[in-house]
Amino acid sequence: MRVNFTVNGRPQEADDVWEGESLLYVLRERLGLPGSKNACEQGECGSCTVRLDGVPVCSCLVAAGQVEGREVVTVEGLAEYAKEREAHGGCASGACGTSVDAAKRWEAKPAQDSQTGEGVELSPIQQAFIDAGAVQCGFCTPGLLVAADEMLERNPSPTDADIREALSGNLCRCTGYEKILDAVRLAAARQERQGEAV
Amino acid sequence: MDFLRPASWEEALAAKAEHPTAVPIAGGTDVMVEINFDHRRPEYLLDLNRVELLREWEVGEENVRLGASVPYTQIMENLRAELPGLALASHTVASPQIRNRGGVGGNLGTASPAGDAHPALLAAGAEVEVESVRGSRFIPIDEFYTGVKRNALQPDELIKTVHVKKADGPQQYSKVGTRNAMVIAVCAFGLALHPETRTVRTGIGSAAPTPIRAKEAEAFLNAALEEGGFWDNGKIITPSIAKQFADLCSAAANPIDDVRGTAKYRRHAVGIMARRQLGWTWEQYRGAGRTLEGAA
Amino acid sequence: MAQNTRTVPVGTPTDVTQNHVKGGIGESTLRPDGTLKVTGEFAYSSDMWHEDMLWGQILRSTVAHAEIVSIDTSEALTMDGVYAVLTHEDLPAAKNYGMEFQDTPVLAYGKVRHHGEPVALVAADHPETARRAAAKIKIEYRELPVVTDEASALAPDAILVHENRDDHHSGHVPHPNIVHRQPIIRGDAAAAAERADVIVTGEYTFGMQDQAFLGPESGLAVPAEDGGVDLYVATQWLHSDLKQIAPCLGLPEEKVRMTMAGVGGAFGGREDISMQILASILALRTGKPVKMVYNRYESFFGHVHRHPAKLWYEHGATKDGKLTHVKCRIVLDGGAYASSTASVVGNASSLSIGPYVVEDVEIEAIGLYTNNPPCGAMRGFGAVQACFAYEAQMDKLAAKLGMDPVELRQLNAMEQGTIMPTGQVVDSPAPVAELLRRVKARPMPPERQWETAGEGADVRALPGGLSNTSHGEGVVRGVGYAVGIKNVGFSEGFDDYSTAKIRIEVINGEAVATVHTAMAEVGQGGVTIHAQIARTELGVQQVTIHPADTQVGSAGSTSAGRQTYMTGGAIKNSCEIVREKVLEIGRRKFGSYHPAWANAELLLEGGKVVTDGGEALATIADVLEDQAVEVEEEWRHRPTQAFDLVTGQGDGHVQYAFAAHRAVVEVDTELGLVKVIELACAQDVGKAVNPLSVVGQIQGGTTQGLGVAVMEEIIVDPKTAKVRNPSFTDYLIPTILDTPTIPVDYLELADPNAPYGVRGIGEAPTLSSTPAVLAAIRAATGLELNKTPVRPEALTGTL
Repeated sequence: MRVNFTVNGRPQEADDVWEGESLLYVLRERLGLPGSKNACEQGECGSCTVRLDGVPVCSCLVAAGQVEGREVVTVEGLAEYAKEREAHGGCASGACGTSVDAAKRWEAKPAQDSQTGEGVELSPIQQAFIDAGAVQCGFCTPGLLVAADEMLERNPSPTDADIREALSGNLCRCTGYEKILDAVRLAAARQERQGEAV
Repeated sequence: MDFLRPASWEEALAAKAEHPTAVPIAGGTDVMVEINFDHRRPEYLLDLNRVELLREWEVGEENVRLGASVPYTQIMENLRAELPGLALASHTVASPQIRNRGGVGGNLGTASPAGDAHPALLAAGAEVEVESVRGSRFIPIDEFYTGVKRNALQPDELIKTVHVKKADGPQQYSKVGTRNAMVIAVCAFGLALHPETRTVRTGIGSAAPTPIRAKEAEAFLNAALEEGGFWDNGKIITPSIAKQFADLCSAAANPIDDVRGTAKYRRHAVGIMARRQLGWTWEQYRGAGRTLEGAA
Repeated sequence: MAQNTRTVPVGTPTDVTQNHVKGGIGESTLRPDGTLKVTGEFAYSSDMWHEDMLWGQILRSTVAHAEIVSIDTSEALTMDGVYAVLTHEDLPAAKNYGMEFQDTPVLAYGKVRHHGEPVALVAADHPETARRAAAKIKIEYRELPVVTDEASALAPDAILVHENRDDHHSGHVPHPNIVHRQPIIRGDAAAAAERADVIVTGEYTFGMQDQAFLGPESGLAVPAEDGGVDLYVATQWLHSDLKQIAPCLGLPEEKVRMTMAGVGGAFGGREDISMQILASILALRTGKPVKMVYNRYESFFGHVHRHPAKLWYEHGATKDGKLTHVKCRIVLDGGAYASSTASVVGNASSLSIGPYVVEDVEIEAIGLYTNNPPCGAMRGFGAVQACFAYEAQMDKLAAKLGMDPVELRQLNAMEQGTIMPTGQVVDSPAPVAELLRRVKARPMPPERQWETAGEGADVRALPGGLSNTSHGEGVVRGVGYAVGIKNVGFSEGFDDYSTAKIRIEVINGEAVATVHTAMAEVGQGGVTIHAQIARTELGVQQVTIHPADTQVGSAGSTSAGRQTYMTGGAIKNSCEIVREKVLEIGRRKFGSYHPAWANAELLLEGGKVVTDGGEALATIADVLEDQAVEVEEEWRHRPTQAFDLVTGQGDGHVQYAFAAHRAVVEVDTELGLVKVIELACAQDVGKAVNPLSVVGQIQGGTTQGLGVAVMEEIIVDPKTAKVRNPSFTDYLIPTILDTPTIPVDYLELADPNAPYGVRGIGEAPTLSSTPAVLAAIRAATGLELNKTPVRPEALTGTL
């Protein structure tokens, strides 16, 4: 079957999709967006977390056919998504999420230098993960970033318990989570400082 | 495999009538696991995501009409006052990502004894509104579960709405798992006080072939509360009553040994949860400060 | 594709006024692959894609032990989209492989020896087609009785898991179902027992743990025009893979070109071969690139696990707490194929009494062949199981003596100069007592953290977490301590080395270094410190890390906590040679202009040649101009010895690492649920080359130890030897709500034998974390608890 939907602001069309394919498979194998990771395929690890119409979901458990006409944001589009959100007043007002209109105005751009990642503009949560040492093997990182970014959008000043709850669907085997907590706290603090500066 | 994408409830019913073997998929949190792991290759997948009415809920006088696909996150956030037990149960479902997709309809459709919503629905009292092109009918929750992963649905029927009684008293829900988040129930228990009818109802999950009520325990407690005038005097329930209630809840369980836990442990844990929840709900009923939504 | 070349930008480019480059050793330099990893662009082995590629699928045995009567592939072969269906009959060359023993069939022939053993292979144009085809292969088995434990393995009528063994241990083992046996006898334990005022004994069981790395086994094999294959895979040791793959493909090693793809965690589970040979065979057979990706279910069958173990201990002490003797027997279940079982036996045996001074010991460790899942390397490698048991014993002993458990440990703690049971002298710092002192001295986390202002309990802070099982009822706090000892690097006489190719040249007027090694970056941060070492040694700012491949010599395995020591050492060594060559060029060019050039003490700093007095003589760019200097050298740690097969004596280990933990737990004693509140660690790291990474490693290792303490176990049915929980639904690893804060206190006591004084850090925290949690749960409940993981049943008497 054919599936049309929007990924990171760009209309996408996937052809010859087998009906049992997941959104994750379509993203990774048909659309060249392997950032969302396949680690369990049963909703028990969060590595494949994407936003579906703004809501974090496990893309391995969404049938490809179910995303027809819908909006998906993956880790590849996270920086642009955050930038767009910033440009529209962030979420401190409580008006969270990206409107369809806003989503249509932007698109994920390829990194300037895909070899090194140099010069790539990152979202605050992405930068914080690097700075805090929250990345080791990095396989859980894309899913955690999508989940953490969405939490900070809803809850800009989370307590540790809030962070833990929001990220309790994302397994990490390398870090022991401590530096992931550090990263989310760091992103929240930077966001707050930025808010004050404005 | 064919992927059917009805745009409306009527189309969905027509599709199900035409293809009774079609497997409905909404949140996908059960069905996709089975497909990903090659446990199931249905001829047809019937996508219900475009059927808006399944994602709606309505708070009425007596009941909450809860669309089968209302995600658990929405129940947690929006129905804590009306459906405190179910809201607590929703909060224990898997992970935030799963709670954003899964709904009560999926739990009922799969009818796994480990489904988190069942004990809360049993305790609150609910009716499942199912429909086919032949018409609709209401199945009382007590009659809904017919066997291990079997329910009272006919092949051409779909679950439309769950009518859950609005809480008229405190409700609680706990589940035991061997991890502090994202865990399948080893066993679960739900308790609802119904001061209007001066009754209590229970629900037990993962400790019998189907979700069940501990009816003898309910009858015992109903009688004991009545006899002691507890509903009126609001006295602390005596430890012996609480113990007897807990023991009867344990006895109602008919669990098995499996990789998640032993039968003996399940029976034990059901009793502990029953005793604790009786304490929590009764304290709440006595107005000792806890909110209706419980503590979570 | 697989181009993980990274130029490492740190700070600003050098200028002539700056004397020190930024991002040298000792700094918390950020990961060079961080940006790629947070943008989703980092190419993991499962992300590989090739025009026209096929998908490989393995059909695995559904029974644990059986003769294969027949395999019928005919129906699968007729399916549209299927390009190949292969069985053992189609294997091109060697039929077996293995790291230490070549006992593992590429595809089963004759027999299957464990549940989930590969039997047949499919290549198809879509993974679903491949799965469907695999399901159509008909295999007829004649089931055999299963060997599942010591009793069934060594019974008089025991079936031999492997007949006709011919390996380097088969000559000395007492039974063919024993992979290896290592006794250690030192002093006279029987006589010492006579002097003991107190004796405690215990029997302990350690469950089978899975590495549960998040990125399942995967990779891409691309057939090449020369008849060879280009292989992009995630592994811990490229050259070990290569040595096993080439004979099975019937190719010379140079025709199997391996490139490291991004690795989604490893922890020992990628030290053995998984899909490498199978994907290559399919690629060579079909002439098309073949991608193979295990799903999580298959991953549980696709790699070795941590050995489950039974351990018997006897500890004696005088009434003032001095250990008199230890006797122990450790039985490790190696499963159906040897993997690294023999080395795990050596470790379990030589580290079996822990970081304590005991002169009289009687130790025996054996590794079994059974029909259980094969076991091999996992973080901690044989030392983990022993630590769980000897630390339980130390607590038991303290209780019996009426002593404080930390004081008892400190009283018997080894130190530099202590003689190990193997006779080896511990010849670098061993601050065991100090590590214990540090974790004990930490302030306790506040009690009853679940209480909130007026709103009832925050269940997220309670045992049971979001499941709302307790609002404080039944909750008891307990505190426990443990300390452990782990060897670093490969032991027992193994020729352990690494290789580094270092190049320095001038690009756009600036000196740039390239580091090329075959080191597997599995997440630990080797790529970060490689650049740090090159900056420190060569005084250049820009360092490029070349992708790891087999075009350079072996780096050895990313395991045994050895890479910073070994490949770090190799890079340091090669850099030193490069530096001398650069100085030599400088002397030839400029020596006549300045007398200081004749001075032997010249350094490369800040892009310049400087004297030890700090005087700049020239820029490296001016010295080199268009000349490049390149050096590839192997580097070895000091030699080790095999353990004597009878007495266990020998200087078997290179270096020892030590960590201590204090666990604070809260247990819902009625429901048997546990919440770890804090898990503090103190560890000697020798030298923190990158402090941020050091702390991350310690926290990660600690958490894996926590997991096995309270939830992680592969459950194997003792009747059928089949795995009962191969999924993330039923094999649970800690979530962020199960993992407490992990304060880390690290010491830097240099090992004079190691480059920069470093000490391997990744493994030690995995050892002591488990027994510390167990001790804390025992303290909270008063129960004996002799098995990991501690299940609610064990805490509630409902087994």
